[in-house]
Amino acid sequence: MDLTLANEFYRKMLLIRRFEEKCVELYSKEKIRGFLHLYIGEEAIAVGLMHALSPEDAVFATYREHGQALARGIDPKKIMAEMYGKVEGCSRGRGGSMHLFDAETRFYGGSAIVAGGLPLAVGMALSDKMMNRNRVTVCIFGDGAVAEGEFHESLNLAALWHLPVLFVCENNLYAMGTALKFTESETNISLKAASYRIHSQQVDGMDVEAVSKSVQQAVSEIRLGNGPMFFEYLTYRFRAHSMFDAELYRDKAEVEEWKKKDPLILLHQRWKDININKYETEIADIIDEAVTFAENGTLESIEDLEKFLYSDEVAQ
Amino acid sequence: MSSIMTYREAVRLGLREAMEKDERVFLMGEDVGHYGGSYAVSMGFLEDFGPQRIIDTPLSESAFTGAGIGAALGGMRPIVELMTVNFSLLALDQIMNNAATLLHMSGGQFNVPLVIRMATGGGKQLAAQHSHSLEGWYAHIPGLKVLTPATIQDAHNMIGLALADPDPVLIFESAMLYNSKGVLDTQALPLPIGKARIQRAGKDLTILTYGSSLFKALEAAKTLIPEGIDAEVIDLRSLRPLDDETIMKSVAKTHRVLIVDEGWKSGSISAEIMARINEQAFFELDAPMARLCTAEIPLPYPKHLEDAALPHADKIVAMAKKLMEKS
Repeated sequence: MDLTLANEFYRKMLLIRRFEEKCVELYSKEKIRGFLHLYIGEEAIAVGLMHALSPEDAVFATYREHGQALARGIDPKKIMAEMYGKVEGCSRGRGGSMHLFDAETRFYGGSAIVAGGLPLAVGMALSDKMMNRNRVTVCIFGDGAVAEGEFHESLNLAALWHLPVLFVCENNLYAMGTALKFTESETNISLKAASYRIHSQQVDGMDVEAVSKSVQQAVSEIRLGNGPMFFEYLTYRFRAHSMFDAELYRDKAEVEEWKKKDPLILLHQRWKDININKYETEIADIIDEAVTFAENGTLESIEDLEKFLYSDEVAQ
Repeated sequence: MSSIMTYREAVRLGLREAMEKDERVFLMGEDVGHYGGSYAVSMGFLEDFGPQRIIDTPLSESAFTGAGIGAALGGMRPIVELMTVNFSLLALDQIMNNAATLLHMSGGQFNVPLVIRMATGGGKQLAAQHSHSLEGWYAHIPGLKVLTPATIQDAHNMIGLALADPDPVLIFESAMLYNSKGVLDTQALPLPIGKARIQRAGKDLTILTYGSSLFKALEAAKTLIPEGIDAEVIDLRSLRPLDDETIMKSVAKTHRVLIVDEGWKSGSISAEIMARINEQAFFELDAPMARLCTAEIPLPYPKHLEDAALPHADKIVAMAKKLMEKS
């Protein structure tokens, strides 16, 4: 880690932070509708993770995926247009906030069924193994997914078949509004992965350097054929679960305590020479540009409502 | 070239040819390898194709169906075998929320060329968790294609048709038909997905059916000849898409409709077909449409009760006669 990388990390985390703050503003203006799940507070995971991946690797994410999509390199303009439901969006406006897809960066969504993406990641990794491709599939999910059967089934398959998957659990301590301690007999999630004979570890998810280092090591192990691997990143979302959440289930004091570990502040404390002001200006421009792009985007014609159901309709 | 074989052998041959033709094709499911398939369809495959392509899975329907979707996204051509339709419900999340939605939800970026096979239907005294006909349910879901092979020809051809399709295709094999025998013409061009077939031409009434009920309908049609009733029997073959054209043409010819559907009546595919005929060919009808479905109960174990619950040729005959009386 050097200042150049610290700058890059800071810039990317700041982009996610400011992008989502803008989304909140646009939500109140009713430009963005539906569900909007914010990643604010958890940016270190997406940024540290995506830095360690190659373009040929695949990413399966959840409905809280703006940060991952931005960090993976999907154009902010296309993401914002998707939020607006415009044709220029990364999913042609059909998906919205929870279903960002992008073939170019091998970003496979954006799944809003908790744990529903794990089997897909296992299958993608299986295809890589079968076709002798040295690629890694990353599967991101939250602590809520751990309670689903698909979590356990998928970990078992990945370990049983020695698949090149990196499981990334973002443990922000709450499945929507219910704390992990009320739903899991064992709250150390990495132990569950270990029980499937998967190399697993808890890592500080507020520290972008730690995240990046862990993923770099894991990815090189996986490329050597030593997959799957599992990380539980301890993190916290600073905002509500979604725009409809009054946050009655957690103490303000707890939130404030975690805010002291803000990944942006943490990184800046360590690298005092990061040029924050420069990035603030730069990012404000990027976001303005994205909003303008989305505003000027086109709405899909109603005539095409039933398109994209079957492949022959895509080709037309 | 034509040869006589069982439905099981026809599916097996279809699978074998697909595996030999395309290295991306693999079979995955419970007991498909060492056991040889719960209905012995993939017997000998493990030895012939190896464990890389014939994959025994744990009893994790959701995960291995989802893994099939993921592998399809990754460029493979997976065939997922779900032992029986009732077990497919454990994978319904993956089928409905992922396989059927990904193409649309991604704005046309990611198609899912996945084939899912499973056994369906009652008649083997397997009681209330192994005997149902839920294919009509799956036909409700946009984004899927639902095939119901009844003939030996289709048992074989539909494997290739499904694999050639770029989108998810579900094949419902009738458990009662695995031992049935018939002729396979290996030279015949396969009838495409979405086309029904007139299995017996007739002029007095149209019997619309699919799967194992096809043979009950054909038997009934034979019984009806001496009664002076000439029934047309149509094998729907595909429940999604439905072949409206063939259905409406037949209705326009016979003016009377009887649907035989092994699913439950309420909200069934038979209800859908009736609604479509109502929408598209109402004035062709000379009598109210009729339908024979399975009694609306979880299928019971004792033979006499199971028999009473399922459609049978004699019931079809009785309903057809009654339908002819009406005008």
